[in-house]
Amino acid sequence: MTASTAPQDAVRRRSAARRLLRDPQAVITASVLLLIVVLGLLAPVLTSHDPNHASLDHIDAGAGTDGYPLGGDRSGRDIWARLLHSINTSTVSALIGASIALVIGVSAGLVGGYHDRLRSLTEWVFSLVMTFPGLLLLIVLMPLTGGDFRTTMAIFGVLLSPGVYRITRNQVLGVKNELFVDAARVSGLSDRRILVRHVLPAVRGPVIIATAFLCGSSIGVQSGLAFLGVGPATTPSFGAMISEGFHNLYLSPLQFVWPSLVLGALTSCLVLFGNALRDALEGSRRRPAGIPAPKAPAATGAAPAGLLAVEDLTIAYPTPSGELKEVVSGVSLVLEPGETLGLVGESGSGKTQTAFAVLGVLPSEAVVVRGSIRLDGRELLGLKESELRGLRGRAIAYVPQEPMSNLDPSFTVGAQLVEGVRAASGASRGEARRRVLALLERVGIPDPERAFRSRPHEISGGMAQRVLIAGAVACRPALLIADEPTTALDVTVQAEILDLLRDLREEMDMAVLLVTHDFGVVADVCDRVAVMRTGEIVETGTAEKIFGGAEHDYTRMLLDSILDENTVRGDAPVAADEPLGRTTTW
Amino acid sequence: MLLYVLRRLGTGLVLAVLVTLITFLLLAPSFDGIAGNRLGPAATPEAVRALKAELGFDRPLPVQYLDWLVHAARGDLGTSLFTGEPVAHTILQRFGVTMSIVVVALLVTVVISVALGVLAASRGGAVDRVAQGASLAGNLFPSLLLAIVLVYVLSVRGDLLPATGFTPLSADPLRWAGSITIPVIALVATGIAGLTAQVRGTMVDELRKDYVRTLRTRGLSARSVVLRHALRNAAGPALTVLSFEFISMLGGALVIESIFAIAGFGGYAFESSLQGDVPAIMGITLFAVLLVVTVNLAVDLVNGWLNPKARIF
Amino acid sequence: MVTAPLLDVNGLRVSFPGRGRRSRPVEVLHGVDLAVGAGEAHGLVGESGSGKTTIGRAVLGLVEAGGGTIRFGGRDVTRLAGRVGRALAREIQVVFQDPYSSLNPSLTVGDILSEPLVVQGAAPAAARERVRDLLDRVGLPADAAERLPREFSGGQRQRVAIARALAPEPRLIVCDEPVSALDLSTQARVLDLLRDVQRRTGVAYLFISHDLAVVRHMCHRVSVIHRGDIVETGPAGPVTSAPRHPYTRRLMLASPVADPAAQAERRAARRRLAEAERTGTV
Repeated sequence: MTASTAPQDAVRRRSAARRLLRDPQAVITASVLLLIVVLGLLAPVLTSHDPNHASLDHIDAGAGTDGYPLGGDRSGRDIWARLLHSINTSTVSALIGASIALVIGVSAGLVGGYHDRLRSLTEWVFSLVMTFPGLLLLIVLMPLTGGDFRTTMAIFGVLLSPGVYRITRNQVLGVKNELFVDAARVSGLSDRRILVRHVLPAVRGPVIIATAFLCGSSIGVQSGLAFLGVGPATTPSFGAMISEGFHNLYLSPLQFVWPSLVLGALTSCLVLFGNALRDALEGSRRRPAGIPAPKAPAATGAAPAGLLAVEDLTIAYPTPSGELKEVVSGVSLVLEPGETLGLVGESGSGKTQTAFAVLGVLPSEAVVVRGSIRLDGRELLGLKESELRGLRGRAIAYVPQEPMSNLDPSFTVGAQLVEGVRAASGASRGEARRRVLALLERVGIPDPERAFRSRPHEISGGMAQRVLIAGAVACRPALLIADEPTTALDVTVQAEILDLLRDLREEMDMAVLLVTHDFGVVADVCDRVAVMRTGEIVETGTAEKIFGGAEHDYTRMLLDSILDENTVRGDAPVAADEPLGRTTTW
Repeated sequence: MLLYVLRRLGTGLVLAVLVTLITFLLLAPSFDGIAGNRLGPAATPEAVRALKAELGFDRPLPVQYLDWLVHAARGDLGTSLFTGEPVAHTILQRFGVTMSIVVVALLVTVVISVALGVLAASRGGAVDRVAQGASLAGNLFPSLLLAIVLVYVLSVRGDLLPATGFTPLSADPLRWAGSITIPVIALVATGIAGLTAQVRGTMVDELRKDYVRTLRTRGLSARSVVLRHALRNAAGPALTVLSFEFISMLGGALVIESIFAIAGFGGYAFESSLQGDVPAIMGITLFAVLLVVTVNLAVDLVNGWLNPKARIF
Repeated sequence: MVTAPLLDVNGLRVSFPGRGRRSRPVEVLHGVDLAVGAGEAHGLVGESGSGKTTIGRAVLGLVEAGGGTIRFGGRDVTRLAGRVGRALAREIQVVFQDPYSSLNPSLTVGDILSEPLVVQGAAPAAARERVRDLLDRVGLPADAAERLPREFSGGQRQRVAIARALAPEPRLIVCDEPVSALDLSTQARVLDLLRDVQRRTGVAYLFISHDLAVVRHMCHRVSVIHRGDIVETGPAGPVTSAPRHPYTRRLMLASPVADPAAQAERRAARRRLAEAERTGTV
């Protein structure tokens, strides 16, 4: 295993390292950090003065006086020498604090995350550690530590470990339930091997990032304590120097400035370097989706007939290289009032993007390159969000694919439906409530009052889909857009939901744009069908025509892929008790 | 619900006993030195022994701890070895000072972080970069440095705000506000980055969720979708971060109090442990643990109210 | 056939801890009997929450059996752990539904495929040779070994998963909804591959699916599971086309046919059945 993973791991790390090297923020901060640390290491070479040697001749001496490049402090000690030795104190603090936190946190996180039985123990221990108010405890324990900064930092490392533990444990929990870990277990890998090979790599990135911040906070706390005067006065430290400089601020402000500058450079570079590390290791950061609708060109031209007329619609997304990649290319379709059109295609065909464009809810990074979407003759592309809001719920409504994730988990079913009804119709609260209850009953929910009061997680998937349908048809829209409305449901529930959609369509005289990949669903409810492939519509026709005599090769290929009703597997089991001639041994 | 609260408070008490016991055991080796401290360097070994007997330090450790625990359970935390004042009284008095700084700092942090995080997540682009940069800026330097620089600029040079001291709110609200401004700014600056990043991150995730799109298609305004729905779902993790920040601000307040010569909780802890004032140290530890337990419980309760699915009671 | 089946599940019970601290465990399998012969493709059909996936995971040793026995090749494997469990690992393999999370995104396809081989002590050179052979057998190019899973489509990933399952030359592969995440055209090709592999190697399948049509095409025998109980078992043709149990019949009539006229008929038949069930005439 080592033989095969090592080079490949190296490749991955190299690419992260290369990203880091290209990032000026990382390069500059890392160089500054390195410079500071090296200055500290070279302290014996760069100065001949002992940082604690007080010379009466050099009390508050100015910069540059014989061998005191930065002058002397109020005890007559060499500021340059103290500065260099303070760097070493900070470096050692960072190393002790971070490494103790990492060793404890990562090992406990791996164990606690992977073994369910041990987790309650580790959780308890770390929530206990987390309860200690850090700085306060370090101060309280002063009689014990004698204020020695190494012991103090070791304790601080323990106090920092819960953070590392949580990061590690969360990563492990996330990976542990992945199917590839199950597959590894089925392949006969031992727990230790699974941890090393499959789990540890997931933990590495976040832990490296955390290390930068652990170092930063260790240095910050050490200097804070030294500022307060914790610990022997003989330990040179930025905190102690700042404290003295602070008291001498009026007399010679530079005594305060020097240690502050170096400490500030140290901590800010660590924070900035940590952020650069995060960008490099986690790839591009999650970008906000935003709420505003994408800009679109206002199309002109004669209004075509039909309730919904989409013409030459082209949608593209920016690629990492900055170019636009089309996901929908020149789609045109027409939907008459009361008609059901099936928009059929495989994954990536652009059918959902087309539906979202009609609703005006494309993600903000999407670009509508050209085209026109008219509802009852009115152009929708280019409308302001507030104008679209007036149409949504009343003229166009939407039934999504995944029932559970489309309900807000924090609100009762009733509250979110009432909010929609009020937004779309301006009804009073009581009126909206009455309407929602009637709707819930209409969509076949046995106890509407109870469903009204329920939270989404308290109802079944089929029930949730009925709720979403109720929400969509609440204000009798002229056009209902249903995006794979039954894909997430069991077939028995699917049949009932399709029945409901069919009935509601007739009752309310709605047109339905049904996005689906399932020809069975199309055959059940659609009047006409449009087949999409890689962003284009390849064929449109009545359901009878598409199923009976499709013209386009792609449509025929799709229809041929359907497992037909009558073929049963014919060949008998091959009795091969020794597969591939291998003798079975236990 | 009530049962849950009682159970949590119960485990909190167990925790308090445990932490104070550990503290006590860690302090025990230095009892000799403490008695010596109080008598000064000229004390004879006999005098030290006599004082130890007087303070009860010569009793077996379990007896000493149990004795302290029994008294503490009755609300009696003993008297300070050095000032002779009742510990409980001093803690409460000093704590009020610290809390009036920390609570204000926490509120300001919440308001700024939520505003920045929500703006960054819902607007994206330049707004996102500016908000992230602003929240990061405060985290670059230790609050110690920031506070000193602010003192120098606003008090020493600008003479706008008092450089030292604390005026109680009850005495003069305006002067109180003046006296806590710089300490609050210093604390807020270091707290904002973490909370803003958390709010932004969870808001980005929430706004990408399906229910946000569905609510929009029902004609809800963007403001209602973002603030009423997405923010409420994003609040849970942010609250957890907030409870950590509360604890770290308590720590940060120690340093700040020292800079401004404010006689707060941190200063009391510092003086007590410098002197080895055992009853005071024990009282402070107990109080701090109970405080953290209460805050964590409150956070979990609010979380459960916000997100019923995650309710653990 | 007189010989004992390859996989023999008897009275299998599985419970999961309930939500919350004090709630009692929920039993999801109430004594399931199931037998898979050598070289046979045995379908397990049911809806979500029926317990079909749990049966598969129990056979794989990923969930603990609360009661009953699982015999494999005549040997009781209900509670095997450690070394013996790992020896069992080469005999029973798995193909999961989700081709995305079932392959470690940070390992190359070659590493993924050689992992089970190396665990069993294969030399690196022999493992590499075997990986090339496996890729060829599932219809992937040899250079796929150097690439990461994310460079492949869903259907290709599922081929990688099948190759991984074949690597230790198992006698049984548990296929848990192996095609339900795939596009229609890909689905047909992956089913062809699975059938082809079976004909050539004689491996047996426990084929878990919610889709009657897929099971009909893929399996010799079928068991239908409903709420943790097997309600009907038999040859695939009759069970999926002319079911005897009312639940299977409901399932069949609810699956839409890709033909408007035939589907209208089926819909009518389904409504009649629902009506009859409501009035209690069945």
